[in-house]
Amino acid sequence: MDATTNMLLEVRDLSVAFRQGGRESLAVDRISFDLRKGETVALVGESGSGKSVTALSVMKLLPYPAARHPSGTIRFNGQDLLAMTPEQIRHVRGNDITIIFQEPMTSLNPLHTIEKQIAEILLLHKGLAGLEARNRILELLTQVGIPDPAGRLQSYPHQLSGGQRQRVMIAMALANEPDLLIADEPTTALDVTVQAQILKLLKDIQVRLGMAMLFITHDLGIVRKLADTVCVMKDGKIVEHGPVERVFTAPEHPYTRDLLAAEPKPDPAPSQPDAQVVLKADDLKVWFPIRRGLLRRTVGHIKAVDGVTIAVRKGETLGVVGESGSGKTTLGLAILRLISSQGAIVFLGNTIAGLKFEAMRPFRRNMQIVFQDPYGSLSPRMSVSDVIEEGLWVHHPKLSAAEREARVVGALRDVGLEPEWRFRYPHEFSGGQRQRVAIARAVVLEPTFVVLDEPTSALDMLIQAQIVELLRDLQKRRSLTYLFISHDLRVVAALASHLVVMRYGKVVEEGPASDLFANPKSDYTRALFAAAFNLETAPEGVVAQ
Amino acid sequence: MDDRTSLKEPALPAPSRSDLPAAEPPAAKKWITLSPINQRRLQNFKANRRGYYALWVFLALFVASLGSELIANDQPLMVRYDGGYYFPIFKTYTETTFGGEFETAADYRDPYLQKQIAEKDGRITWAPIPYSYNTHKLDSPTPFPSKPTWLLTEKECEPIVQKKGLTGCRDLEYNWLGTDDQGFDVVARLLYGFRVSVLFGLILTIVSSVIGVAAGAVQGYFGGWIDLLFQRFIEIWTSVPELYVLLIVASVFDRTFFILLGILLLFSWVRLVGLVRAEFLRGRNFEYIQAARALGVRNRTIMFRHLLPNAMVATMTFMPFIISSSVMTLTALDFLGFGLPAGSASLGELLKQGKSNIQAPWLGMAGFFTVAIMLSLLIFIGEAVRDAFDPRKTFG
Repeated sequence: MDATTNMLLEVRDLSVAFRQGGRESLAVDRISFDLRKGETVALVGESGSGKSVTALSVMKLLPYPAARHPSGTIRFNGQDLLAMTPEQIRHVRGNDITIIFQEPMTSLNPLHTIEKQIAEILLLHKGLAGLEARNRILELLTQVGIPDPAGRLQSYPHQLSGGQRQRVMIAMALANEPDLLIADEPTTALDVTVQAQILKLLKDIQVRLGMAMLFITHDLGIVRKLADTVCVMKDGKIVEHGPVERVFTAPEHPYTRDLLAAEPKPDPAPSQPDAQVVLKADDLKVWFPIRRGLLRRTVGHIKAVDGVTIAVRKGETLGVVGESGSGKTTLGLAILRLISSQGAIVFLGNTIAGLKFEAMRPFRRNMQIVFQDPYGSLSPRMSVSDVIEEGLWVHHPKLSAAEREARVVGALRDVGLEPEWRFRYPHEFSGGQRQRVAIARAVVLEPTFVVLDEPTSALDMLIQAQIVELLRDLQKRRSLTYLFISHDLRVVAALASHLVVMRYGKVVEEGPASDLFANPKSDYTRALFAAAFNLETAPEGVVAQ
Repeated sequence: MDDRTSLKEPALPAPSRSDLPAAEPPAAKKWITLSPINQRRLQNFKANRRGYYALWVFLALFVASLGSELIANDQPLMVRYDGGYYFPIFKTYTETTFGGEFETAADYRDPYLQKQIAEKDGRITWAPIPYSYNTHKLDSPTPFPSKPTWLLTEKECEPIVQKKGLTGCRDLEYNWLGTDDQGFDVVARLLYGFRVSVLFGLILTIVSSVIGVAAGAVQGYFGGWIDLLFQRFIEIWTSVPELYVLLIVASVFDRTFFILLGILLLFSWVRLVGLVRAEFLRGRNFEYIQAARALGVRNRTIMFRHLLPNAMVATMTFMPFIISSSVMTLTALDFLGFGLPAGSASLGELLKQGKSNIQAPWLGMAGFFTVAIMLSLLIFIGEAVRDAFDPRKTFG
């Protein structure tokens, strides 16, 4: 039969268990799936669902013997990978099956040149060296679309952009023309426009070389664009499995349906053109000096924020979007006067630019911030109650203990957490719950203005939607004004009434969100939207590589 | 792969680790409440049995040595005389109190006074070791340093025994570990010497840690010019030779406990600076520090409440080792003869005597074993503390 001859990878009843401190936990529970030649299978699921562990067990890269397989077989071209000796598996790795990881910066050795790193693989598996190897490397780099490959041979990883590093990783993975490429969230760390390019590259190469691809991702948009078959994973099990079209149009499992519906619904706060201006920044600049030489003379500036003018009106949400390095986070910090800047900042009619830390304190009650990383933004040594109380001690020092507690309880209720949990410590909470604590810390002071610095970026899809709902709800009840910073345009679309698109520290385009989404004017904005919503690449020159 | 650490959030369940006693409201206040992290640390500390027992042994020895005056003293604990009770270890009485002739302080080891007291139906209660660290042995059968009494042969004792009309060696003044070359009882000197060493080590460690942590905190938190100038100052400061300064100062002042402490303090505070500075440098860019700044929290509060606990982990890990090295410093100075003034009880001085009196091995052995056991206990405790603060064990 055709199906059996084309079969490349057969995973049957695979389980993975990890032993930790005497206890064993099951990370993957009896999953089965097939991969045919030239086919793309996507494993999709939230963090902790076991998708990466599955991918790593195909390569036998798990930390054995802490990890073990209580059941199952993985047949690759008819041979059971799990039964192979280390010697045999090493031959398969890098030769027949290769893998690319999420973080291209840490996957490449920072001390070796690009040429050396690719040459190593060629030498190891093909025995190529010298001129022969160099020609093959140039061919590979050309294949993955590195501009000026000859000039890049001697570059070190830090001299390349994130997208280029991922291209080098792909070149290394392709070096031996594998039959199967495992891609473990290869674009998660990249900007949307670069993500679109990398996905296009992978698709092109796959078609050209006829290899199969096991694609691990949490992003359903990518699955739909790229995969033929999708396996939805939850808690170590495959809950649904089928052709992409079928799963997306007629999901059978309730979890799949939840995932598909998890996209935050666009329902931004209405634009309020006549409302009071809460915050206004005029020609704001944050320049970091570049110092050189013995006397540390300033020879130039890194213009993180370069002449940005914004205004946020009461009850509105101003969305600031841009890719990494566009200066959007710096803008948020500068507006809150957490880093020094030049240019006027007017908050509720008061000029706050240039105020000393002490003089800023009265204003801080009204301007708050929620950070991206819910793990880093809460002190691990303070209970939730201490975390939320801290602002009250500063701004309402005369409150009695009972009043303070009442406010903490109120804030926790507002963000949808049980007040009884206030004596627990952050490590006992999940990412989404921690982010709720961080939001509670901001709103307990009853501020008028909150900067949200990528508050949903570190969270899973379902939880992102919940946090967006929470933010929207809080805004309605407390008539909050938000400055929402994000690279995730879907989340921004759900919240922002007004939009600012930033690039290289400057504002590229701005306007009411509905107008901007419907009719972007600049090429860059158009490319950004196309990459974010449709994973489409832009014509040459509009976006960075 | 670290997606194993983050938990997913179904519609707000109870936090996944409800087995921890964290939801316990402070209503159930015990005399001390430990955060879950500290509870885990305490468990880790106890799990290192050797270190845990070493702590108890050390504490027992230390507490005992704090009460040295009650254990080894040439003043009696209590004297009953003529129906009244006297407490010579707390108060100095004159000889006339007990029917003597002179207005001088009573010497209770004087047979004359002992007789006076006995005549009035009196009784002298001595401490378990009736010598202080500077009590001369009376009537030694051998030249100093004299052997432990239980090693003396009856032949050696004979002249003294006969002269005093006693029955044998056992009735002489008893010295468990003999005397040193001044005729001081070795056990008493060990006891007092241990106390001085440990107290010196503790005070030196605590004061220099407080200074070091404060200096490191300021450097790390503020960074920039403050950091740069401070760093250069420390580099110059650490290149000053400690021993020479000690010699010069010693030629002007007496080398008392506090002068020595002060001089060593001048140089020992820099030990923790680098460590704490690095912790603060790392910590000040944490998002929760930014969040605290956004709340308008004062620098001082941020340093104390948010950053210091982070830095204290590293500091606490080093602390027992710093104590043992401080103890060693004093012992070494005493051994070289630059330490505490002559006559004071000190382990280093005992070792020095052991070196110069090879024929009296009880001196060297007593000093060696005391120092070795003390330092071993401190190291064991240090290892257990290190285990307790090991982040892999705390969060694993």
